[in-house]
Amino acid sequence: MASETVINAAGRIVPLEINGTPVIPYKGVGKHRPEGRKYSPPIATCSDYPADGNKVVSSLEEALRLCGLKNGMTISTHHHLRDGDLISNKVFDIASDMNIKDLIWFPSASFPCNDPVIKYLEDGTINRIEGSMNGPLGRFVSEGKMKGTAVLRSHGGRVQAIQDGEVKIDIAVLAAPSADSFGNAKGTGGSSACGVIGYGKADSMYATKVIIVTDNLIEMPCFPMEIEGNYVDYVVVVDKIGIPEKIVSGTTQVTKSPDRLLIAELTAAFIEKSGILKDGVTMQAGAGGTSLAIAVFVHQILKDKGWKSKFGFGGSTKYMVKMLEEGQMGHILDAQAFDLDSVRSIENNPNHIAYPVFNAYNYHSKGNLTSLMDIMILGATEIDLNFNGNVVTHSDGYLLHGIGGWQNCLHARNVILPIPLFRDRIPVIVDEVTTLCGPGELIDVVITERGIAINPLRRDLIESVKGSGLPIRSLTEMKDEAERICGKPQKPRFEDEIVAAVKWVDGTVIDVIRKLKPVK
Amino acid sequence: MKNSTAVSGNAGPKVRSDCEIFIELREEGGIIIDLVSKVKSLYGESIIELVKEILAFYSIENAVLRINDSGALSFVIAARLEACIRKITGTTLEFLPELLPVNRYSTARDRFRFSRLYLPGNSPGLMINAGLHLADGIILDLEDSVAPEKKEEARIMVRNALRQIDFYGAERMVRINQGEKGLEDLNHVIPHNVNLIIIPKCEDPGYIREVERKISEIKTANGIDSNVYLMPVIESARGVERSYEIASSSENVVAMAIGLEDYTADLGVARTIAGNESFYARTRIVVAAKAAGIQPIDSVFSDVGDMEALRQNVLSSRALGFEGMGCIHPRQIAVIKKGFSPDNDEIEKAKKIVMAFDTARENGLGVVSLGTKMIDPPVVLRAQRTLRLALNLGLIPPNWNDSVE
Repeated sequence: MASETVINAAGRIVPLEINGTPVIPYKGVGKHRPEGRKYSPPIATCSDYPADGNKVVSSLEEALRLCGLKNGMTISTHHHLRDGDLISNKVFDIASDMNIKDLIWFPSASFPCNDPVIKYLEDGTINRIEGSMNGPLGRFVSEGKMKGTAVLRSHGGRVQAIQDGEVKIDIAVLAAPSADSFGNAKGTGGSSACGVIGYGKADSMYATKVIIVTDNLIEMPCFPMEIEGNYVDYVVVVDKIGIPEKIVSGTTQVTKSPDRLLIAELTAAFIEKSGILKDGVTMQAGAGGTSLAIAVFVHQILKDKGWKSKFGFGGSTKYMVKMLEEGQMGHILDAQAFDLDSVRSIENNPNHIAYPVFNAYNYHSKGNLTSLMDIMILGATEIDLNFNGNVVTHSDGYLLHGIGGWQNCLHARNVILPIPLFRDRIPVIVDEVTTLCGPGELIDVVITERGIAINPLRRDLIESVKGSGLPIRSLTEMKDEAERICGKPQKPRFEDEIVAAVKWVDGTVIDVIRKLKPVK
Repeated sequence: MKNSTAVSGNAGPKVRSDCEIFIELREEGGIIIDLVSKVKSLYGESIIELVKEILAFYSIENAVLRINDSGALSFVIAARLEACIRKITGTTLEFLPELLPVNRYSTARDRFRFSRLYLPGNSPGLMINAGLHLADGIILDLEDSVAPEKKEEARIMVRNALRQIDFYGAERMVRINQGEKGLEDLNHVIPHNVNLIIIPKCEDPGYIREVERKISEIKTANGIDSNVYLMPVIESARGVERSYEIASSSENVVAMAIGLEDYTADLGVARTIAGNESFYARTRIVVAAKAAGIQPIDSVFSDVGDMEALRQNVLSSRALGFEGMGCIHPRQIAVIKKGFSPDNDEIEKAKKIVMAFDTARENGLGVVSLGTKMIDPPVVLRAQRTLRLALNLGLIPPNWNDSVE
């Protein structure tokens, strides 16, 4: 059962086969050259579809039957409804009732609201999940309880896998806050507005069958359409696709933790003093409390200097929207809206533009938006002494997070990771990352509450902050200080069994996660 | 052995970097440890090892322990377990973690005490990163922030924190309890390199001398020669009336603070933002402290969410003559420091005055003038003081005089 393994270019032992399919070991940044042509779904004919364009069917169950749902199929969903998603689980409730087995769930991310699918992993309705797994789902996988092997991909890696045919979606079930009977769909309007639904775009183009599920059927045309009706087989109308207060956080909040604020202040000081913050800067930061605090500090610096950011790439938040509205940011290009202010902004502000992840992150395309970004603020669960990063497992070995856009964003000009040196005694800077998600050569700066470490490869950055008074230290110094405070942790123990594979942005296997040995 | 079980520490969904330990001493059965910890896979073995080492230190061979850990550091676990054992056996043996070499520093009588950050003495989670926020002083509090039933375990926690936490050069302060309890607190903290003791609700210079005597005894017994300074806090009408006596009661008193929550309660009035009700007391404290040659320090500002109000408060405090303030949240530190530091306009003005004074002296003139204005000697003194402050704060270079034409 155990497949043959090799040591990949990052020094990690990886298999040559996952879930019975050959895979390519990681070769290095930019080293793997794809060949052949893109995957293509079967050709359809409009003579099979209603001439009046009305594709509405009575229920999701009927739509799934009409799509020919059967054992072993790959079902995709998007995660724009986040923790308020009422549709993904529903698909598997129906599949289970139909006694369907061995499905592959291919979500763009999963959330705690998806934990109920654990029962379908247990009873064999679902063979495996290829997508991010958090919390209890991650635990389930780490303990080796999932039948198939999980495959973790970045947002960009997911669309690359779809485009290249590594994953062939049989049925895409795409929830849409607004849609018309022809299947045109968008992320705004109705009671479940989530701003954008771009993560479903590639699914709609490449899946064999596409179902749009909406709770807000509007007159044709549903405009501006993010998903076009020509890709859509069926439209289903339900009472509710999501729980509004869980779809977007009503309001994203700057951290109140004095320690995190200190990290944010240090980060703002670094990007100012190093000169990477400048008039016309392009940047991206997440929706975590520390990132938001950085956005607030950066906004103030831009104001003080009379500078303007050309554009920011979202995940948008109210703090980014504020920059746009007060004139310190020209445009927001947006892959997902995190709070209500962002949803409103994207509906009303012509300079706030929905920008599908397909265009922003796909490594196998003719340009990558992230490499255009001057400043990229990211997180990590672990960083090792060679600046390698981990975002999926914790130091205890448990799979607890998805990759999100993290790997894709590493291609920005200046990748900065503001992270606490330790979290409740759990060290963040380690000798070697538990799971390798991003090679150190792409990670430029690590900023903790106890100092700033600059990647030795970035001599320009090291030079730029000489004499700045910033606390520049080495990762080793900071790791030693953390160990002096926390003690040196013991290593988690793993069995040989591989429970998940981590793909790099080009579809190669950069690392694997093995089953945890239980702690006594 | 009266009671064979004890509990110490904190647990709960919001508790971090702490642990709760339950222990039952038994006659037989060996050591049984039930450890629940979210860092078990990383530190489980070292926690068990530490616990066994401590039990052996106290010659305990039979016990059942339940440890509910939320990422407590070793010195925290040690403090919790020691507190349990003390409760049951009454032992006074101390299981001391290493006193970090970086923690062996002393402070100067006239150092800045703009900001001092209060840290509840039984909440280790707030202590670990406290020094990063660069307050002039860190106060490990044994008094009002510790519940009466937690006083004993807090002493051990504070002791271990003094030994194990690097506060990055902040003046290491402990606020003791009142009366006899306060004197007993000293036994637990003085041997561990405390720089300053804060004496709350002070009304009696006699008590200060008692504290001083006790400190001196402990220092002699432990062979300590570094200074332990005192900062009495005036928190009552009686204290205000005796403030000069208190300020001048000992040469180790280096600062005197006012505590307005208790003071206004003592007067039976509400504490307002304008602060008219405490104006007399605050100015009286300033005058008494200055007369005794020590630093007058203002009360804490309790609205941690309102930085603008804090800024106003600091400015008015400085205008009255105070030289520092207490903080109850790390975010207040920078605002307070900035407020008590001279701003650019003040520095520039002071430079001009001092330069005019120097020029006049070089030219043998008795009268100093700047433009058309004559400058009195006290104005020169104040300008010199401003520049000294700016120099010490690193706001101007030592050679500022050369660089300005």
